[in-house]
Amino acid sequence: MTITLSMDGKEIRADEGKTLLEAARESGVDIPTICFHEATTANALCRICVVEVEGQRVLQPACIVKAAGNMKVQTRSEKVIRARRTILEMLASSMDLSEAPEIQQMMKEYGADTGRFPDAQRRESEVKDDNPMFIRDYSKCLLCWRCVQVCADDAQYTFAINFDGRGYETQIGTFFDKAIPETSCVMCGQCVGVCPTGALKPKREYLLEQGLSAGEISVMNTGRKQRKAK
Amino acid sequence: MSEIDLTLLKPAIEKYIPLGCSGLLPALHAAQIVYGWLPQEVAAEVAQSLRVPLADVHGVIEFYSMFYNKPVGKKIIRVCTDPACGLRDSDGLLKKLCKQYDLEPHQIHPGLDLTVEPSPCLGLCEQAPAVLTTEGDQSSVHLGADQVFRPVSVVDGTIRLLTENCGNETASISQYGRYQGFFKALQMRPDEVVAEIKASGLVGRGGAAFPTGIKWEGAAQSQADQKYVVCNADESEPGTFKDRILLLDDPHRTIEGMCIAAYGIGASKGYIYIRGEYPYIVPVLEKALDEARNAGYLGKDINNSKFSFDIEIRVGAGAYICGEETALFESIEGRRGFPRVKPPFPTTNGLFDKPTVINNVETLCNVPLIISKGSAEYRRIGTEKSPGSKLFCVSGDVVKPGLYEIEFGLTLRELLTMAGGVARKKSLKAVLFGGAAGAFATSENLDVRLTFEDLRSAGLPLGSGVVMVFDETRDIRDVLKRLGKFFAHESCGKCYPCQMGTQRQMEILDRIAEGNALPDDFVRLQDVGWTMTDASLCGLGQTAASAVLSAMKVWPGLFKEGQSSQVEGLVKTSKTIKTPKKSVVKKTTPKVPKEKASRMSRVLKISKTKPKAVKKAAKAKATRKKTTRTTTKQ
Repeated sequence: MTITLSMDGKEIRADEGKTLLEAARESGVDIPTICFHEATTANALCRICVVEVEGQRVLQPACIVKAAGNMKVQTRSEKVIRARRTILEMLASSMDLSEAPEIQQMMKEYGADTGRFPDAQRRESEVKDDNPMFIRDYSKCLLCWRCVQVCADDAQYTFAINFDGRGYETQIGTFFDKAIPETSCVMCGQCVGVCPTGALKPKREYLLEQGLSAGEISVMNTGRKQRKAK
Repeated sequence: MSEIDLTLLKPAIEKYIPLGCSGLLPALHAAQIVYGWLPQEVAAEVAQSLRVPLADVHGVIEFYSMFYNKPVGKKIIRVCTDPACGLRDSDGLLKKLCKQYDLEPHQIHPGLDLTVEPSPCLGLCEQAPAVLTTEGDQSSVHLGADQVFRPVSVVDGTIRLLTENCGNETASISQYGRYQGFFKALQMRPDEVVAEIKASGLVGRGGAAFPTGIKWEGAAQSQADQKYVVCNADESEPGTFKDRILLLDDPHRTIEGMCIAAYGIGASKGYIYIRGEYPYIVPVLEKALDEARNAGYLGKDINNSKFSFDIEIRVGAGAYICGEETALFESIEGRRGFPRVKPPFPTTNGLFDKPTVINNVETLCNVPLIISKGSAEYRRIGTEKSPGSKLFCVSGDVVKPGLYEIEFGLTLRELLTMAGGVARKKSLKAVLFGGAAGAFATSENLDVRLTFEDLRSAGLPLGSGVVMVFDETRDIRDVLKRLGKFFAHESCGKCYPCQMGTQRQMEILDRIAEGNALPDDFVRLQDVGWTMTDASLCGLGQTAASAVLSAMKVWPGLFKEGQSSQVEGLVKTSKTIKTPKKSVVKKTTPKVPKEKASRMSRVLKISKTKPKAVKKAAKAKATRKKTTRTTTKQ
């Protein structure tokens, strides 16, 4: 069944059961997303996709709220813009967004000031280079949860990673911070595939960025093969 | 790590193994009692026994602040540093204790095997400065070892319905008497019971004020093979301690309320989820449940009806967020206390994804009364729109901090007068209303009637019944700093606005409290506050800026740069340049002419005269704030 709702003053049509995000995208209305990924369960946690729905006390996340007939939705109201801009500014004050071009673009669009929060405590950590397949640079992690989800019941059922800490100090971690090879990780690479900010990166890409040549990396691999053969 | 004897673990956690993941919190508690903390080997063994992934167990240990994955003293002394205790120099007490044992906070005393820690609200606000000492499964709320474990509280009021048995000892089942309301309910049809609660106009007392009857009706109408009744005893809102007293002094009232709820909705299993900071209530509840089972009030085919119901206790482990209903379910299910997205609501998809009624302790305590008296009789108490009585947790600068039960409709002035007025003969500066997620009232609000409708129009949330009083000498910025710290500590970290917003809010409030506000901090704080309010996922984030935004309206001058930290609001500094911290403190001048004092910061003595309700009603409207909203608890 098709329903009709109002989005930014325009009437749009959507199939029943679609989320506001789907309805918007099908009608060419742009709603930004960060944590949302088509392959993972939507958790509505980044709140960048919030919209104003008439009659609702608080803003509603478009990624999970279902479109309903006669709904009146504002995707760019003053409240929405303030929330999106402030969330982006807080992100910039918390983490390294240098490898998140989509978010940088969003910041420009919403006029977000990267220096809005002076003296803010940033989330910084050392690069974890503990396995041959990928590195973990949690200074770039924006806690979208996708890696934890694909490692668990959204895809791989491996349950190698979960969370450390709580609140602002939350970080993705393994059991008692064990190195990846000591966990149940099967090196499937799904987590690397869904990471939006370069916090998880194939080892080869990382080494190339560190200035190693393809030849040098190849030698490293040969060395490993030789050791294995012994 | 070689000294860890894993053979001790099995007997301690055996009974939780069949529960699987849901047994995780009880198993970790049991393991921690055996080992004092949770070493890797123990965590791994628990994970394997319960068949929970290792990383998930680690995630749970990391989430709850009362689980330790690093060694900690066998004896832990926790000192509350939240606002009410802050007023009674809890910082000094913490320092004194550390000095006494020659320790830094969190360190272990090698000889005494003891750790001293600062703690978020311990729910002992009327006992400020509050301390909780735990050693294995033993606990005490007094520092001296020879003291009794039990807090002794002032319980008073104009009516004693819910607090009838509350004083200073636990009412046994013989004192409480037969579960009259429950037996009356058993003679009624379940839908009649629900209708009676609906007709009573009872709304939730945990903070959100949702109509209890509608909640019950939703769960009653949901079809499922299993339904649950959950008692939310995770009271953690700074300033709130009513549920502690209700459960400790009169546990049967809550249990009876749960029995009636279960009968009404058709649930066969109940849970009481009690916060980890109330370990001393657990044995009291266990005993009461045993008494109820022995009396035939819990169990199979109760009173020869076809209704069976029993209750299990679950103990939290230091996480305010678990008072949020869906986070509480997650916690019972053995996971990190992340709130779920709603809808679906608990009445259809609650605990273990089954229809669930979750009510606050005080809400449940009203239930036996409503059923035994009848809703019409119950409605004779209180006002038309706010029937019944309400418990207020009065703390801070009053002569007699304590728990006060009053009919809805009395004024704030009358309540404060009952508590002896402002302590040390000082004048009133402000009342933090509703809790950490509340708003500030000033002397202008003294004649506001304490009802849902009057408070709403005055822009004050009733919340969980917190009335925290600050006298004229108090620096509201210090209060806000503590609230900021509390929310940053308690944010679960799931949604971005709250996860980062509580941290940024704390940083800005710290600067402001130190007199080091940066240019634009006012706007920055507002943007963070409104973003959390508008865009957060759950009630915690949505109210984490509530008190701050309210203070910004009442005392805007406090948040501007260059304000001194003692006579805030009174001094009108024209300075816009950042002044170094020390010189600012010195500049506090007591010589400010009275007439310069802004209207906002004017303080009035609480007089014991009759309220001038009519005159004040107009004023209340004028000070109406946009910041009315519900709190985390429901």
